[in-house]
Amino acid sequence: MTKFQGATFTSCGRGKETKMKTTPLAAIHRTLGAKLLPFAGWEMPIQYSGIVSEHQAVRQSIGVFDISHMGNFSLSGPGSGKWLNTMLTNDLEALADGEGQYTLMLNESGGVIDDLIVYRWEEDSYFLVVNASRESQDWERLQSHLPGEIHLKIHLENQSEKLGALALQGPNAKAVWREMRPDWRLPDHNGIAGFEDGVIVCRTGYTGEDGFELFAPVDAISDWFAEFIDHGVPPCGLGARDTLRLEKCYPLNGADLDSIHTPLEAGLGFFVKTRKPGGFIACDVLKAQKDNGIHDRLCALQAVGKSPPPRAVFDVSLPDGGDVVSTLTSGTYSPTLGTGIALAYLPLETAKIGSRLDVVIRDRRFPFEVVKKPFV
Amino acid sequence: MNVPDDVKYMESHEWVKQVAEGEATVGISDHAQEELSDVVYLELPEVGKIVAKGDRVAVVESVKAASDIYAPLSGEIIEVNKALTDTPELMNSDPFGAGWIFTMKFTDAAELETLMDAEAYRKHTA
Repeated sequence: MTKFQGATFTSCGRGKETKMKTTPLAAIHRTLGAKLLPFAGWEMPIQYSGIVSEHQAVRQSIGVFDISHMGNFSLSGPGSGKWLNTMLTNDLEALADGEGQYTLMLNESGGVIDDLIVYRWEEDSYFLVVNASRESQDWERLQSHLPGEIHLKIHLENQSEKLGALALQGPNAKAVWREMRPDWRLPDHNGIAGFEDGVIVCRTGYTGEDGFELFAPVDAISDWFAEFIDHGVPPCGLGARDTLRLEKCYPLNGADLDSIHTPLEAGLGFFVKTRKPGGFIACDVLKAQKDNGIHDRLCALQAVGKSPPPRAVFDVSLPDGGDVVSTLTSGTYSPTLGTGIALAYLPLETAKIGSRLDVVIRDRRFPFEVVKKPFV
Repeated sequence: MNVPDDVKYMESHEWVKQVAEGEATVGISDHAQEELSDVVYLELPEVGKIVAKGDRVAVVESVKAASDIYAPLSGEIIEVNKALTDTPELMNSDPFGAGWIFTMKFTDAAELETLMDAEAYRKHTA
């Protein structure tokens, strides 16, 4: 038997970093027998008991993930909100105190630099959670765009190395919190709340279930993770994180989102507010695209019948020996459906629900169908 | 780690068990299924296929990776475990029993002799 790595993490694993980083939870992962692999320059747990069982634990009950590799910035100072709103596609003005929103940072052509969540503590005070694979690019982008005249009043801090984080996900997440911290007032969906000792809790996740992301100083996060484990919460790795998010059609930056395709092509138009006062970088590009229409759309493809798991970079072709029209940006076996699921940018004429296409796997073609999002 | 004494092993983690005169059944070891984790798909070889020792005969896929399975002997595939099409996870739960992959006819018993016994395989996977 030989081994090759599936393509899912290809775009994120080949970082420029030569030395791999480890999170504050590395020792716990080893004790728990995790399989560790590189992701975005970090050595991360891919699985503990197995991807399928971890996936099912989150869908049916609860699981806890190490997400310490993600980046965190904080921003404050008069005018900081107005400035930040010009850097991101969604409208910060819609946020009340303690609320967050999903948003994107674009390059000048309208392609995606990163997708992220920004939370408003109060006016002109924000907390940003960004992808591990884009932390340095995001930081560079924000820093270099701070305007001169208000620069001195805006305080932008990269807190990524000061904070560790975990994600508690599943229908029982709230119940477990209540057992562990009965007097804590947890945030509502998409909300943020601060607690003693610098702990921040956000009501969000990347799995499609109810959940919380907890941020704590690096020397405290292991105790938090250990407490959840001791409480009986199964540890879950990046393997299950990927199958969970893909079942919900949540995009992965560096795979489904890239520097070429716009958020409109990715189906994220809801998070792009071209009419907000002050606009944002590449607003005109997206306005024009809204007027003229898109040519490609990120679609959900599901296997018809049995197939090997579809994986990123496999070709997509028209059926009956037709031409190759695209490549998969993401793909996996769906533990909930028991079949292959994938995402690909398809030309509009092939992008209708019910369209049949083939995915080419090891020189053989397997039938897939465009389905409504999400898969599950 | 289960390493039964009554089969032979390849370095690439397949096991082979002679089941009749000139016939052997092949699967993957406990070590292999643990490395792979959840098997979700298996591409079975075709019955009647003539293979040489070392040929790739099947592909086993987990959620995260695909692995080739090699013929431990030269000969002809005479039977494949169709249950694995619907229940590939048998390779994880019972790699030496219900998770068997194929049975083949072989002509050169010397090839069987060159494979590792359980003792050698334990050392190989230590």
